[in-house]
Amino acid sequence: MKLHDVVEILDAKLLIGEDRHRELEVKTAFSADLMSDVLAFAKSGSLILTGLTTPQVVRTASILDAVALIIVRGKIPSGETLQLARELDIPVLSTRYILFETSGRLYANGIVGCVEKIGGTRDGES
Amino acid sequence: MNRAYEKTFSVEGDNFDNAGTASIEIKKILKDLRIDEDVLRKTAIAVYESELNIISYARSGNITLYVDDDTINIDVEDEGPGIEDIDLAMQPGYSTATEHIRQMGFGAGMGLYNIKSCSDLFEISSTPNVGTHLKIIIKRNGR
Repeated sequence: MKLHDVVEILDAKLLIGEDRHRELEVKTAFSADLMSDVLAFAKSGSLILTGLTTPQVVRTASILDAVALIIVRGKIPSGETLQLARELDIPVLSTRYILFETSGRLYANGIVGCVEKIGGTRDGES
Repeated sequence: MNRAYEKTFSVEGDNFDNAGTASIEIKKILKDLRIDEDVLRKTAIAVYESELNIISYARSGNITLYVDDDTINIDVEDEGPGIEDIDLAMQPGYSTATEHIRQMGFGAGMGLYNIKSCSDLFEISSTPNVGTHLKIIIKRNGR
């Protein structure tokens, strides 16, 4: 799926991002409001779904080479957070769906968790 | 690479506005040194968690990056309260984080555990009321 499909499925606004970002390919996602858990469990090249809007969310996404940040529950990050996302080249989407609905709608369209279960991955690696 | 790379970053305690800036700079440096992507990600996470620990708990600290042909070495030294019981602090989920830290999505008690799981060698020493020292080594060739 491309990022522009994600925008459409989630009826989202692309707050930060250009046309080249819309063509980015996404297959996996991680949802959490705990950045500690995002850092511990998320894999690079994923979408990060969260209700947090602090600049640290953007830095966490950058550290992990996330494809994009999806802010749920209709929240709009501060100008400072958005400016940082622009600088670090992290696309930011905002959707009014709650985290559960956002995750479910993406899953129903073929996006899977970047880790299925803690202690094992989709590929059966440990 | 013909010669080793070394740089030290100072991190100020309680300065959450800048949390992650040293880590992002270190990640850029490593990218320029053409470090393998998986190794780069592990290093970036370990450094970011270390930086967050300094900001969350210490007065100040230094992160020193040293890269040679085989390894990425990260030394994290802080001046702060130190850790009384290191075994307890290493346990996933154990945290002494304040409400302020938690509001930003951190302080879930995963930091030290996460640093250790990203490292090929991890050593921690701490003196209460003086500070904490982390020694992290990540191999450049993956395993």
